[in-house]
Amino acid sequence: MQTNAPTAAPAAIHKLLVANRGEIAVRIFRTCAKMGIATVAVFSDADEDALFVRVADEAMRIGPAPSRESYLRGDKIIEAAKRTGADAIHPGFGFLAENAEFAEAVAAAGLVFIGPSPHAIRAMGLKREAKITAVAAGVPVVPGYTGEDQSNEAITKACAEIGVPLLIKASAGGGGKGMRIVRDLAELEDAIESARREAESAFGNATLIVERYVERPRHVEIQILGDAHGSVVHLFERECSIQRRHQKIVEEAPSPRLAPDVRARMGADAVKLAKSIGYANAGTVEFVVAPDGAYFFLEVNTRLQVEHPVTEGVIAGLDLVEEQIRIARGEPLRFDQAALEKRLSGSSIECRVCAESPRDGYLPQSGRIVDFHVDAAVAGEDWLRIETAMESGDSVPVHYDSMIAKIITRGETRTDAIVRMRRALAALSVHGVETNVELLQAVLAHPDFAAGDFDTHFLERNAEVLLADAGASLAWAAIAAALHGEAQRSSARTLTPSVPSGFRNSRYAPERCSFACGERVVEVGYVAEPGGFFRVTVTGADMFFDRVRRVSVLGAKLVLEGSDGKRFAARVVPDAARTFVRIGGRSLTLVEQPRFPDRNAESAVDGCVAPMPGKISKVLVEEGAAVKAGETLVLMEAMKMEHAVKAPHDGIAKEVRARVGEQVDGGALLVIVE
Amino acid sequence: MATASYPVLRSRVDLRGELFEKNRAENLAALEKLDKALQKSREGGGEKYNARHLAAGKLLPRERVEKLIDRDSWFLEVAPLAGLNISGHAPGASIVGGVGVVSGVECMITASEATVKGGAMSEYSVIKGGRLSDLAEHNGLPSISLIESAGADLPNQSKIFVPGGRGFRDLTRRSEARTPTICLVFGSSTAGGAYMPGMSDYVVMVKKQAQVYLGGPPLVKMATGEETTHEELGGAEMHSRVSGVSDYLAEDELDAIRLGREIVAHLDWKKAGPPPSRVVEEPKFSSEDLLGIASSDVRIPFDMREVIARITDGSRFSEFKPLYGPELVCGWANIHGYPVGILANNGILFTACANKGAQFIELCNQSDVPILYLQNIVGFMVGKKYEEEGIIKAGAKMINAVSNSTVPSITIMMGASYGAGNYAMAGRAYRPNFLFTWPNHRIAVMGGKQLAGVLDIIQRDAAVKKGEAVDETKLSVMKQMIEGQVDAESDPFFATARVWDDGIIDPRDTRTVLGIALSVSHTKPVRGTTSWGVFRH
Repeated sequence: MQTNAPTAAPAAIHKLLVANRGEIAVRIFRTCAKMGIATVAVFSDADEDALFVRVADEAMRIGPAPSRESYLRGDKIIEAAKRTGADAIHPGFGFLAENAEFAEAVAAAGLVFIGPSPHAIRAMGLKREAKITAVAAGVPVVPGYTGEDQSNEAITKACAEIGVPLLIKASAGGGGKGMRIVRDLAELEDAIESARREAESAFGNATLIVERYVERPRHVEIQILGDAHGSVVHLFERECSIQRRHQKIVEEAPSPRLAPDVRARMGADAVKLAKSIGYANAGTVEFVVAPDGAYFFLEVNTRLQVEHPVTEGVIAGLDLVEEQIRIARGEPLRFDQAALEKRLSGSSIECRVCAESPRDGYLPQSGRIVDFHVDAAVAGEDWLRIETAMESGDSVPVHYDSMIAKIITRGETRTDAIVRMRRALAALSVHGVETNVELLQAVLAHPDFAAGDFDTHFLERNAEVLLADAGASLAWAAIAAALHGEAQRSSARTLTPSVPSGFRNSRYAPERCSFACGERVVEVGYVAEPGGFFRVTVTGADMFFDRVRRVSVLGAKLVLEGSDGKRFAARVVPDAARTFVRIGGRSLTLVEQPRFPDRNAESAVDGCVAPMPGKISKVLVEEGAAVKAGETLVLMEAMKMEHAVKAPHDGIAKEVRARVGEQVDGGALLVIVE
Repeated sequence: MATASYPVLRSRVDLRGELFEKNRAENLAALEKLDKALQKSREGGGEKYNARHLAAGKLLPRERVEKLIDRDSWFLEVAPLAGLNISGHAPGASIVGGVGVVSGVECMITASEATVKGGAMSEYSVIKGGRLSDLAEHNGLPSISLIESAGADLPNQSKIFVPGGRGFRDLTRRSEARTPTICLVFGSSTAGGAYMPGMSDYVVMVKKQAQVYLGGPPLVKMATGEETTHEELGGAEMHSRVSGVSDYLAEDELDAIRLGREIVAHLDWKKAGPPPSRVVEEPKFSSEDLLGIASSDVRIPFDMREVIARITDGSRFSEFKPLYGPELVCGWANIHGYPVGILANNGILFTACANKGAQFIELCNQSDVPILYLQNIVGFMVGKKYEEEGIIKAGAKMINAVSNSTVPSITIMMGASYGAGNYAMAGRAYRPNFLFTWPNHRIAVMGGKQLAGVLDIIQRDAAVKKGEAVDETKLSVMKQMIEGQVDAESDPFFATARVWDDGIIDPRDTRTVLGIALSVSHTKPVRGTTSWGVFRH
């Protein structure tokens, strides 16, 4: 084995470049500011107006929007570091964070790489290699195949030996990309092919590994820190079992159901593994834990994790980024395992707010965030931490990850942290693109979650409950939207501004407005009366309202009072035809029906359309071919995922507009089916 | 600001008094009657014809108006009860008309009531149409006509043909005065009716619905033997593509309305009168009290200051000459930010009152202040003393001032409106910009009882001259008849049916209606006059 003793020579870091974007860049800059280190942001064309670019001391454009041409271009990033005089590069997570060649190139350029050595990245970053290393270190692993023979035949043979259920995944991967579960060997070939394609496109490495699939598994990971002097400690576990599409959305520390002895063994194993390769810097050893407490090594993430704040939440005064920088400077660890045990206290939870459609297979969404707001009631609380690079008006670009923000709470007990998280999520308004906020709220409210009784299939198993439509507040949301709209129009009125709204001397019908919410349409009628009262009718929502008082309108904040005296506070954010309403902890997007038909609207053509902006990766249909409903006609790549665009009904593919490699807008007609 | 310096009026009304309760109960009963009548007028041709209209995929006339005007904006309907209880007429006289805000512009809007006899024009349609036209001309408003009319109600052509002609002249005269005329054709507009679009500045026709021609297929066949269809002769497509009678082809009704709004938007219309002040103080007393204040029996006087306190900004009022001719209350106030000079009756007009009124009207003209007349007037004082002091000269002076005043004026009849008092206080013939009434008001040359009494004296005198005995039974029947007739004819519903006013309003809406009327009457420049007829001193 190649020796990997990192240089213990102290490296000075005066200026640090973050080879990343979004919230993690902002988070790293914050620690730099605390440590007196100047900061440099690099950005793609898509991020030129982004917050993380503005908060950096210096910024440099490195290329077009696609990450392959910007955030994955190590050469441009190193060039930017040289041009700006940065002496260190922090890769954040994702992009080049686990790319050994990049780490090498950084070092070769005479810069400090904030992370483990290229050797450690190689040994641990590739799942196949890592598993071999783990076995060598005596850490339990899931039975599987990590063979170098990547032929379909070899993989198929191995799979037959291991038996179903199986998991096929990209050796270089992470974050669920290039991952397939196989429960029937007949599906195997398709799974291998598509996993390989995704692996190649996401990581530039098509190598696959196979392993036994553990039923009812929990995902528990151990945070480790090693210094350049051979010390390694673990910072306890994070429970990350709440996942969709193999990606975590809720994480917490400590794990609610981990026997103390299991936890201790996992921590010790993680340290053992790290020591076996002389791991220096922050890393995470991921395990799958079976219901009986048996655990198996999964992989090592040789970088900072998205969910690192929950570890910071339970270890007083810990700043993992600061420790990373200190380690990279060659400083020894500032604490040993015993000291960490003493500092450990309380409970912390993180929720990832993502732009996605939970009801539509968590399809990632992109677009402009019209409103990003945290109610003042919780905004300044010391138990709440919000990591985001979003501001109202910013966009979620189609090219990168769909995470908008991380909400982190902590408390004395897990129950405290949950209660606080529920408050925080209720006080959060994210409007403009569809998000998973309501899903997160439902997860936090679920009794099984409260009891700590869950595994990585929690979301699939409880989908029906978690994704239930909250129809009850629709009527109130529509009333809020209507009366907020009325207030806006009235205050903008220059003609007879003090004359009551909608006055009729001969008592006509009420003023009406219709809103669509998904497939439902609600019509609100109102007549203004003195004193802020409105006589209100609601149709299409199975409710009738008599008299509603508009207590106050202050910007987006609207307070209504029903005839029973109950008050409702709503946040109402109009954006052209859409009105976003946050009411009673639910978010609704109402689309006001136009009063007049749009004469310029193109008449709808039948066919399949791009579900979102993205790049066409494969066209599977030829013009003139007969297609069946549900048949995949086009594959497209968007938000780093592959999406199948299917035929809406049986018919003939009259015109194929999709071209491989072409970037298309969401809603673009790809194939006309007649 | 001027308003804030005006003193706040004090109210002395006993809100729990017997009179207050009685007035309130009776006024509410009158309002219920009004609501019922308005309901009837809103129903247009009734359920059957409305259903037929809707089944044809058309919008009801009032729906067209509602879609045309801006969201949350007001619509001040004019003469909604024209033709009420008059044989051969529907309440509303087959036209929906009023002032509404379209694309931010106050416009005169008229819509054919297509569910009543196919929107055919009756005698009162012509009278109401004339009033709406006058209103548009007087206030300088752009006008939008929503046409779907079978034309003249032929069995009654004698009452319509000659006076009805002015409609077309009015259109071009208003155009000449640079107030745009817009015509949206939703259905039939034929023969003479074809000149409605023909004379308008802008014409929109609805595809497959509009029919505009001088003579229909049967008449053409009779005249020339040519065989054609309605669509060929006068369809929207033909007029939009071939004849050019139509400027815009609308896909459907909503599209036509949208186009109408678009046309108004491009006018880049600017009002010539000054805007209201930005800050408006609401009155300190509730408008609800007006129902208990306004006498349901016009013989019982009420203090106009109580009314003023409930309609002016901040209940503020700067009274002019309070000690002189106190039966005519004069003074300055603001309503919805517009300055106004108010003349209000607190009793019979005496010589001093008339002199004071004439001077006050001159002062309003001097400083370009619009005038508000609050009528509750049984007439000028009569008697030897008053004739000697020249009450005719004083009255003439006031009528001279009212007649020649050029600032906007608005009249509200809130009690009696009898005799020359009606004239001196800007009755209908004196062309106020708007004239509305309360449901308790009475209008006639004099009260029924007075007229019967006068008749009684004249009859007895005549009998004495002829040396005949008075037939007491006959005289009593005659007196009863005349009293009954006058009372019926002075009823506000009788009056409003004949378009003697612009409508009966709920007293509680007075301030709002005045705010709108003032705004509308500031479309033209507000400029007082200094030239008057010869005052007889």
